[in-house]
Amino acid sequence: MRKWFWGFLFIAFGFVCSIAAERNPRTERISGSAGDVLEDDPVGRLKVYVYELPSKYNKKILQKDPRCLSHMFAAEIYMHRFLLSSPVRTLNPEEADWFYTPIYATCDLTPTGLPLPFKSPRMVRSAIQLISSSWPYWNRTEGADHFFVVPHDFGACFHYQEEKAIERGILPILQRATLVQTFGQRNHVCLNEGSITIPPYAPPQKMQARQIPLDTPRSIFVYFRGLFYDVNNDPEGGYYARGARAAVWENFKNNPLFDISTEHPTTYYEDMQRAIFCLCPLGWAPWSPRLVEAVVFGCIPVIIADDIVLPFADAIPWEEIGVFVAEEDVPKLDTILTSIPPEVILRKQRLLANPSMKRAMLFPQPALPGDAFHQILNGLARKLPHQKSIYLKPGEKILNWTAGPVGDLKPW
Amino acid sequence: MKLSALQQSYLGRRSNSFRSSGPLDSSSDGAFKSPAAVFWLVLHGLSCLISLLLGFRFSRLVFLLLSTSSTYTSPFHSPTELAKTLDIRSVIPADPVGNVPLPFPNKTATNSRVVVGRHGIRIRPWPHPNPVEVMKAHRIIERVQTEQRLQFGVKDPRKIIVVTPTYVRTFQSLHLTGVMHSLMLVPYDLVWIVVEAGGVSNETASLIAKSGLRTIHVGFSQRMPNSWDERHKLETKMRLRGLRIVREKILDGIVIFADDSNMHSMELFDEIQNVKWFGAVSVGILANSANIDETVVEKRGEEENPRMPVQGPACNVSNMLAGWHTFNTLPFAGKSAVYIDDRATVLPRKLEWSGFVLNSRLLWKDGDKPEWMKDIDTLDGDIKSPLDLVKDPSVVEPLGSCGRRVLLWWLRVEARADSKFPPR
Repeated sequence: MRKWFWGFLFIAFGFVCSIAAERNPRTERISGSAGDVLEDDPVGRLKVYVYELPSKYNKKILQKDPRCLSHMFAAEIYMHRFLLSSPVRTLNPEEADWFYTPIYATCDLTPTGLPLPFKSPRMVRSAIQLISSSWPYWNRTEGADHFFVVPHDFGACFHYQEEKAIERGILPILQRATLVQTFGQRNHVCLNEGSITIPPYAPPQKMQARQIPLDTPRSIFVYFRGLFYDVNNDPEGGYYARGARAAVWENFKNNPLFDISTEHPTTYYEDMQRAIFCLCPLGWAPWSPRLVEAVVFGCIPVIIADDIVLPFADAIPWEEIGVFVAEEDVPKLDTILTSIPPEVILRKQRLLANPSMKRAMLFPQPALPGDAFHQILNGLARKLPHQKSIYLKPGEKILNWTAGPVGDLKPW
Repeated sequence: MKLSALQQSYLGRRSNSFRSSGPLDSSSDGAFKSPAAVFWLVLHGLSCLISLLLGFRFSRLVFLLLSTSSTYTSPFHSPTELAKTLDIRSVIPADPVGNVPLPFPNKTATNSRVVVGRHGIRIRPWPHPNPVEVMKAHRIIERVQTEQRLQFGVKDPRKIIVVTPTYVRTFQSLHLTGVMHSLMLVPYDLVWIVVEAGGVSNETASLIAKSGLRTIHVGFSQRMPNSWDERHKLETKMRLRGLRIVREKILDGIVIFADDSNMHSMELFDEIQNVKWFGAVSVGILANSANIDETVVEKRGEEENPRMPVQGPACNVSNMLAGWHTFNTLPFAGKSAVYIDDRATVLPRKLEWSGFVLNSRLLWKDGDKPEWMKDIDTLDGDIKSPLDLVKDPSVVEPLGSCGRRVLLWWLRVEARADSKFPPR
């Protein structure tokens, strides 16, 4: 009888200790809609087979322009490198759950560094023709168990201008594949159901090198650096950012609480660490690296982009971490931000201080557990097991290989 | 539509831009040589010429006057300044491209309710800060900073005991208000011991009462003498009087000497929380006057940057106390102010009291304190420098990253002794 009593006491004590340990006053656990999945380990839950494509699809392109390694679309290159040496990689395609095609479609840069998407559809088409003829796995499912990393502005629509991107739509041959992209907007042509949204690439070493002591008091209320009017491409105003950035400028340029300007200061990262709110409005596309920077530096992101789908939205509870403001409410931004109760603000800062949150937004080299690479694999693992219906019967064809603009059908 | 035809001709000329946006392209009718088109072309040419002359886009004004369905603001040097003060709604673009039918049969064409195209820039009628909201924002900032201090700042902060000698004179409210405001901003518990020469006076008492801090106001029977030497001696005695109060009341905390003419930084109060028993900080000396002798100026001109002299602890390579930086009085030999009314430079002492902090337990009668601390009852005005309080000067702890950070500044500006300017 005594033994039971002591055993029960011991268990109760352990229970109390574990509860107390969870309530770390500095950070809070992040429980997303899919549970505490940021710390899941994908190793053992899925197997990925990496196709061996000729180097004209990947290495040669990178050699031509090494700038691709540091711009915000570099995720496609680092994902390839990560998968090559990851334990989830399998050399036996028969046991693979997912197939990865390493194409660097976003590496054709202008002299100023912006990627041109005009050749990307043909490149992807040519790569898929190669896979489907050399391996039987594409034809088996017409790509439903393949995934592609397409980090460009509007994902697999392969255009930087929204109207043209919507006109083109997602490349027809990629319709059944899973797309890993940075673009995410609800009810938009360029976001397929089942796509995985990832954060844009931001250089982790640069950000870690510019950290300031944590006891520096946060004295800036709202911080933003960037364009409000894109005079080169939108001289009349009203197109860029759907007028939202211009509205921010016009309404708050005289407000001392808002530290907003178009300057490019050398202390940008340090200033973000001294701010409470960081604005992340849309630009030509709704996503931006500002979200990653705000999360890493502990500044609450204020997201001004209607219907945006944020990275890893099923694993990270963004409503609890950031503040969402509709574009039409921008004139009332100061009222909205000052009416948030301080306890809510402190809770958001605690969630942001959680190191697993910061890790999930970054692409470090070499990969660390819990980083964005692992979150992508977690996302892919959550989609397993594949439904039986994706496997086509022999002779069945769903995709139309000749759909799309005529220019896309030319060989690359 | 009038709007689209003219916009088209504008867009046709902008083909050089990288992102030539043309949502109204789709509503094209092709070129047609009807009189209407010619008329509009002529009007367009005329508007261009007028704009050249006037220097702004005259056609915008025409559009504003013609289009009654909606108004929008244009942000930069536009003649429609009036439009900015109107309450604005968003423009419905002439042909929203979001409704282009999708060519894929297996997509249910649920278009985004976010429309692609041109939107209005919303400006509220009074785009200036609201004072109530500004106050709310400042409270939020305060709350966030308190939380930061709790998490990352000093753990278990000790009370700060400030000893200030003062007396009623012209510049008293100037100096004392400065110190008072610095002390009011200190985030830790504070006790302010004000020792006043010439007895407790109403002016000083009313000044201190405004601070809302816990104060102990004591009078000292002697009046402030006229020569600087005598003044320094009296101030030392006043500070000892303050230390005696700490002993009598058995106050627990960190004792700091804040002369009323000095300037303190907020980091000073954070840094002195690190002191164990007896510490020293670096004091920047702002000894300057209008009549610097020419020889002194020449000498200074030889250096690249005449640097501010600093008094404080000096450390060796292993960050241990190795000596003291003191103020060099040689350039001023014979030229320094002797009396208050002199127009020469006022010099600080070799080592100023304000650069030293001590743990109040050193002053208690009993209790465990290190044996190198002298009993303050045994000293009385014999003290030349604060280091005379300890038997062994090497026990002093250098603060502020070993004296490299200057955390307060010494300055002595006084009006003439016979000035009649009222103290408030």
